Amino acid sequence: MSDFEPKVVAFVCNWCTYAGADLTGTSRIKYASNVKIIRFPCTGRIDFMLLLKAFANGADGIIVSGCHPNDCHYTSGNFHAKRRWIMFKELMDFMGVDMNRVTFSWVSAAEGAKWADVVNTTVTKIRELGPYVSYKELVNKSVEEEVKND
Amino acid sequence: MKTGIYPGCSLTGSARDYNESVFAIAEAFGLEFIQIPDWNCCGATAAHNLNKELSLALPARILAIAEKNGLDEIIVPCAACYSRLVVTQHELKKDPELKNRICEVIEMDYRGTSVILNVIEWIDKYIVPKLEEKIVKPFNYKVACYYGCLLVRPNKILNYDRVEDPQTLDVVMSKLGATAIDYPYKTECCGAGLSISRTDIVSKLSGKIIEDAEHRGADAIVVACPMCHSNLDMRRPDINKYWDTEFKIPVIFVTQAIGLAIGLSPQKVGLRRHFVEVKIS
Amino acid sequence: MARIGVFICHCGENISATVDCGKVAETIGKLKHVAYSTEYKYMCSDPGQTLIKDAIKEHKLTGVVVSACSPRMHEPTFRKACAEAGLNPFLCEMANLREHCSWVHEKNELTTQKAIDIVRTQVEKVKLNSALQPIKVPVTKTAMVIGGGIAGIQAALDIANTGHKVVMIERSPSIGGHMSQLSETFPTLDCSQCILTPRMVEVAQHPNITLYTYAEVESVEGFIGNFKVKIRKKAKSLDEKICTGCGLCTTKCPQKKIPNEFEQGMGMRPAIYVPFPQAVPNRPVIDKEHCTYYIKGKCKICEVVCPTKAIRFDQPDEILDLEIGAIVVATGFDIKHADFFPEYGYGKYKDIIDGLQFERMASASGPTSGEIRRPSDGQVPKNIVFIACAGSRDPAKGIAYCSKICCMYTAKHAMLYKHKVHEGRAHVFYMDIRSGGKNYDEFVRRAIEEDHVNYIRGRVSTVFERDGKLIVKGVDTLLGAQPVEIVADMVVLATAGVANAGAEDLAQKLHVSYDQHKFFAEAHPKLKPVETNTAGIFLAGACQNPKDIPDAVSQASGSAVKVAALFSQDMLTREPLVAVVNRYAPPMYSTCVGCFLCQSVCPYQAIEREEFKNREGKVVKTVAKINEGLCQGCGTCVALCRSKSIDLLGYSNNQVHAEVMALLNEY
Repeated sequence: MSDFEPKVVAFVCNWCTYAGADLTGTSRIKYASNVKIIRFPCTGRIDFMLLLKAFANGADGIIVSGCHPNDCHYTSGNFHAKRRWIMFKELMDFMGVDMNRVTFSWVSAAEGAKWADVVNTTVTKIRELGPYVSYKELVNKSVEEEVKND
Repeated sequence: MKTGIYPGCSLTGSARDYNESVFAIAEAFGLEFIQIPDWNCCGATAAHNLNKELSLALPARILAIAEKNGLDEIIVPCAACYSRLVVTQHELKKDPELKNRICEVIEMDYRGTSVILNVIEWIDKYIVPKLEEKIVKPFNYKVACYYGCLLVRPNKILNYDRVEDPQTLDVVMSKLGATAIDYPYKTECCGAGLSISRTDIVSKLSGKIIEDAEHRGADAIVVACPMCHSNLDMRRPDINKYWDTEFKIPVIFVTQAIGLAIGLSPQKVGLRRHFVEVKIS
Repeated sequence: MARIGVFICHCGENISATVDCGKVAETIGKLKHVAYSTEYKYMCSDPGQTLIKDAIKEHKLTGVVVSACSPRMHEPTFRKACAEAGLNPFLCEMANLREHCSWVHEKNELTTQKAIDIVRTQVEKVKLNSALQPIKVPVTKTAMVIGGGIAGIQAALDIANTGHKVVMIERSPSIGGHMSQLSETFPTLDCSQCILTPRMVEVAQHPNITLYTYAEVESVEGFIGNFKVKIRKKAKSLDEKICTGCGLCTTKCPQKKIPNEFEQGMGMRPAIYVPFPQAVPNRPVIDKEHCTYYIKGKCKICEVVCPTKAIRFDQPDEILDLEIGAIVVATGFDIKHADFFPEYGYGKYKDIIDGLQFERMASASGPTSGEIRRPSDGQVPKNIVFIACAGSRDPAKGIAYCSKICCMYTAKHAMLYKHKVHEGRAHVFYMDIRSGGKNYDEFVRRAIEEDHVNYIRGRVSTVFERDGKLIVKGVDTLLGAQPVEIVADMVVLATAGVANAGAEDLAQKLHVSYDQHKFFAEAHPKLKPVETNTAGIFLAGACQNPKDIPDAVSQASGSAVKVAALFSQDMLTREPLVAVVNRYAPPMYSTCVGCFLCQSVCPYQAIEREEFKNREGKVVKTVAKINEGLCQGCGTCVALCRSKSIDLLGYSNNQVHAEVMALLNEY
């Protein structure tokens, strides 16, 4: 398992975390290259079903990050994201999806170093947890069974 | 709740007066401690200058034994020992890898669960709530509270009292009836570990601390550290010689002041062991 | 069929040093639907842009991915280039290879692979992009300037002089800010009040400026060109139209022991007061917190003595609704006071003062009429110590930054002291002397060489009182870290400049970013120093970071030009990245079921109801409709919609899904 390179997808908002990650670059702070960023206008835009899609298609870990509370460019999108996240996490935990693989954080446009830290911490954690195959297998199996039943 | 005590080298040697006063007031307030069995040196000022691992392993062993004996709290009267124990707990908490390595070195399991108290924290928690009813002889003196370097430092780790111009001793002393003077030398260096090797430096530095306390009209200097006490008290003849003067101000431990205020005899709190005569009582 | 062009930029060596750009271009070139893939040293340069334009025409591209720096940097550049070549600008996307890849990773296979993945993701996205038309919105040509210090005054005057209306809001009873408190200004030693007060009067008299003092921003809604602002005009307990400013009430007020804010607590003022003689407007206000009438229910002496009967005790706060097109934030700064410094006695020694207190003391109109005197006993100090960097550049105090103005004003203070107390001795403890600026270093040299101020390079560890004197213990690092002890009569701390109280609150009302010190954040540290991340809101002066008067004034003029440029257009074009509710032919009309949950989460009230009627005029279905003039494109409604009927242009469900798939799936 030593050469396992986790695939981590980061869902970030344009105004805080994306800009914060830009600042990480401008400051030349290094972090693990396993993370790839997808830009959203706001964390409020993020449909959490997309997280499950990502897991089903090979993601081992996910980061969701946006503006700190009260700092949202659109006033309240991050609060809606947070609420949705709490519900989603509880539900997925109950259903047996490993929510340790999702990091939810706030990184502002001025927190370049924090972004590197969030990425590195997440990648280290996912590396320890290993590849996330159980969810993929489960999803694929259910699809196969559906096909058989037809 | 089981409370342990870690005496360290001073309390069984040069600071027996401190030890006696701690036990005397504990007894008076119905408090009990268990001495940590088979305790070892905390590493003091020497170990962390030479070898980081050693400086962490020594206190870690003490803490591990305390845990094994089910001690939830450890009181550490010596400010230097206190500092070493707290710093070790902090370092090992923040770096689990280092913790594992140290555990291997001491061949014991260490979890870092015991709460470490210095003497003032202990007083605040257990003595102050019952203090008022016990006072029979209010300590009506002007005192200069001297904290020294280690009691409130490193502030980032201890997060205890203000690092410049600390107040906890002043508060305890005023509860005893004393007037704590505005004293700028509270955390100035007394010469510390140079006590044996460079008495001239100790004389110079400790002399300033004493001079300012006398100048401001204090009747006594109050300390909570055996090292401070020995430099200010035991080295007094050297200090007086160095400054060519006759400083007479006594240096007492906070625990001794409490003992006197609740009516214990000077003998009982170890005052007869001092080098500078303590005329207050 | 999609024909995508991919352009990989080397950014000099910024990208190519760690990413194998050739390999990226080659790998991407093999992808389905990629019609053209190339690399170039500087895509943003003129030849680079021409390369893109030519390729669009030659290869009949239907989409472009420029793989270079952050889209936050150059997206407008490349979208403009595409538009010039006839391609809809919204068919151009950027892949962030610099900030998110080459700058943050080491040179290796994985980094190049990540670069390929990033580009691939954008290729998949751009295939699903649609040609969008910019939205036009009108501009309200009235600016609001928040803060009436020198930066706000300059910005307001500059905007007003271009012929546009300006509303100025000031929290305190008078405009003037910190500059009105200063005695003399460096590096010329001209009197601060003398150069400031004419401008204050100009603001009050300018036909294009409406001034609201004793007023604060209550809320801000809307967007560039169309802000809706609520202002709270705090009750002054006074009819300003009747009051003549005679000042009789202020002399008769029995409550006289209130520390005077303008004098930094070194003088007293009554409860009904004008902050300082040159105040604009020169009308008193009643400080309700200290007024005997408001506390005890009786007194009203001011009402009795007022010759024009202008006092109004029952005056309520007033809320004003304003339509504003652009906002300049110029709320200024504050300084730390002596009580912040444990090593200097937590403010318990009266003769340790801060820089602003020294300014008031040195000012001819100040509490000592310009004489330097110890606050404790009124004696003239014979020996004075100035401590620079008190708090600044000190991470242990949580203030890692340089406050910038202190080196210069400390030199000025020492000089003013020497000019007033010829036989006195002045010492300055400093870390470094930072005197960059026109005639600045010459000014410091003058203090040292002509006025014989004793500059000591080192920090002060502690100051304490002994026998009525202040003992200053420090170190001289130029003399081999030799301890220095000075017996001083007075100590002046050049304390750190910090953000104003309430800065965070205001930033959150305005939705502008701020840093960990609560200073407002500029959109780009170098190229957009007066803009904020929120379009239409600009910064001026020390609310961004501590700065001196010339810098504050320059920035204020800069932001005024930005406002004027905005107001030069009648209509603004906005990015059409807005939400849409789907529409189908009858009888479906839309998959929207009309639950209107989206309405409850929309921060902009952009969601309206649309009714579909049949031929008889009967309403058969009510669905949501987005007002694209109000929608800012946050997408909260999209994620919330239970029937997936709303989508966000530019970040559609299909697009983000395609991005995720492209990132994860090997090709």
